[in-house]
Amino acid sequence: MEPDVSASDAEILEPLRRTTWRFYVLLAGLAAVVGWGVYAYSWQLREGLSVTGLTDRVSWGVYISNFVFFIGISHAGTLISAILRVTRAEWRRPITRMAESITVMAIVVGAGFPLIDLGRPDRLMNVFFYGRLESAILWDFISIFTYLTGSLLYLLLPLIPDLAVVRRSVALGRFRSFLYTRLGGRWTGSAVQKRSLEKSIGLMAVIIIPVAISVHTVVSWIFGMTLRVGWHSAIFGVYFVGGAIFSGIATILIAMAVFRRVYHLEKYITPLHFRNLGALLLVLDLVMIYFTLSEYLTATYGAETRDVAWVRILSTGPYAILFWGMLLGGLVLPAFLLVFRRGIAGIVVAAILVDVAMWMERFLIVVPTMMTPQMAFTWNLYTPTWIEWSITAAAIAGFALLYALFSKLFPIVSIWEIQEQPAPAAEPAATEQEAVA
Amino acid sequence: MEGSRRRFIRLAVVGVGAAGITTLFSSKLIEAVGFSRGDVRAAAPARRQWVMLIDLKKCDGCRKCTEACNTEHFVPPGQEWITVYEVQDEFGFRYFLPRPCMHCENAPCLKVCPVGATFRREDGVVLVDHRRCIGCRYCMAACPYDVRAFNWSEPPHTPEELAHTYRPEAPWPHRMGVVEKCMFCAHRAEEGELPACVRGCPMDAIYFGDLREDAVSNGREVLRLSETLRRDHGFRLKEELGTEPRVWYLPARRD
Ligand code: SF4
Repeated sequence: MEPDVSASDAEILEPLRRTTWRFYVLLAGLAAVVGWGVYAYSWQLREGLSVTGLTDRVSWGVYISNFVFFIGISHAGTLISAILRVTRAEWRRPITRMAESITVMAIVVGAGFPLIDLGRPDRLMNVFFYGRLESAILWDFISIFTYLTGSLLYLLLPLIPDLAVVRRSVALGRFRSFLYTRLGGRWTGSAVQKRSLEKSIGLMAVIIIPVAISVHTVVSWIFGMTLRVGWHSAIFGVYFVGGAIFSGIATILIAMAVFRRVYHLEKYITPLHFRNLGALLLVLDLVMIYFTLSEYLTATYGAETRDVAWVRILSTGPYAILFWGMLLGGLVLPAFLLVFRRGIAGIVVAAILVDVAMWMERFLIVVPTMMTPQMAFTWNLYTPTWIEWSITAAAIAGFALLYALFSKLFPIVSIWEIQEQPAPAAEPAATEQEAVA
Repeated sequence: MEGSRRRFIRLAVVGVGAAGITTLFSSKLIEAVGFSRGDVRAAAPARRQWVMLIDLKKCDGCRKCTEACNTEHFVPPGQEWITVYEVQDEFGFRYFLPRPCMHCENAPCLKVCPVGATFRREDGVVLVDHRRCIGCRYCMAACPYDVRAFNWSEPPHTPEELAHTYRPEAPWPHRMGVVEKCMFCAHRAEEGELPACVRGCPMDAIYFGDLREDAVSNGREVLRLSETLRRDHGFRLKEELGTEPRVWYLPARRD
């Protein structure tokens, strides 16, 4: 039996029915920023990477930081939604779609950055022709590609029943009816189909967890496998995965707040969701504080010459403000907010701080290590140029653009999943712990 | 209808699996068919194992080696394939340290190259194939000796440089977007010539030779390598990293 969209779920379909002029203004604004970034990139293609602030000594910078950051964000969705599904945390239902779609978009944007960073993007196919499995870059290629495929499937499977709902209750143009028919046209809602859908989703949820963990581990290994101070560390795998989940949760929280407000989803996305995810964010915050402490204490206590040089650059060098800002404003302050300000506003502010700090953290992983001299005795300096900032802005805008478009094409809250189990009013304590464990 | 359930599950598993496996196999397959690496690698005779010895006692920091190298290889402006560092030890004693590529036996740059553009010949020379390099700069991040340089923009050309036919052993004309470094003057070794920096050094501080023959020469005298290293306390840079450099040094002063 196929549930019909009751009048009470009309809010979810509203964005698919009607588009306000303000949305078009937003689209135009985002598209303009993306366009500017494309222009900056065309400049770089013509002139070479000399238009960046990179040099022979600091040869990776903002682009590689963005890569790590966006791939980190991508852990939002899939991993968190999968963990909540596997642990049967029922409160997850209204937010899974939002989370899963972040994943796909963040991977697409993030995976673009190593290509933007390439000196010879025209030879990208060499990775397929001559790829060497010994290189961590190949590990990345394989795991990110696998993750993208897996998360696309994991996003699409739960969409299928909703597409049927949308086809029935929204007047569609040619493009959308074609799209929905291709993606889920054969869905009838029979018991058998339902059962197999649940099974496949359950299976994907289990498969995607190790895949997601492997992705950020392998990203960290790009750095960890070198012999450089600040990178060559066994903690890097978990440190990156922790940071990824951390920034991922923060990103979902921000997305939740935006969609709730703009699309009037207050009925579905309740303070409970903010509190539960806020609790998860707090746990990850503490984990990150712990990792950070382990990393820097180990480096400074032994006081090996090169370790000292590196920590000195971090804490007193040109980017010291980022370092202290990240530690105090991005790890300590959010922890206080999450403990003492548990309203939606407090949690969202903490989430924004966390996302900004995690970008700085990525930058601080990439750049100060390269600034640490290996042969000469002076710091190698790096100042990103307008080209690098423009492309970064374009990536953020592009991410928002994709997300906005997605929310116009597909219901941003999974209709059939909340119909199966209406969002519970109050059963937080137990599931919360489950989810954390 | 049992079938549709299976199809779902199969779709899921096959989808994820296929993505990984195709990427993996495309590279492995092509390698097996023989497109990869083999061609360039076998080119050099393995009878030799090229090494360098730099006597820091003799070096006066004139940087003539760098000049000779730049001219020989049309090195793009702003780059140095052999850099002369000024070092000050903990007692305030200053000396100069010329640093070419170490041509490590266990080369970190070579390990990380995703496309095999950096490769090692059987005679121990580590080269970069600029026709294959994708410019990811992973090798630059991986090199502990700051050896590698990148062509951030199109290097200026001269007619003489452009007239030459590129090969990894004589890597010019230079081009944008790839990584450059010292190639132990592989093109001169083919002719039985000493490297440009050895010839350019007025102090005769740089020696070049063959590990197998246990002999190195600066063009004026020939030294037995093992004996010299033992007698004069020879060392290599960052020995503790296990990179096994092919460049040895004699300390700046006798203790
Ligand atoms: S920059 Fe070129 S040589 Fe260096 S690792 Fe990348 S592809 Fe290999």
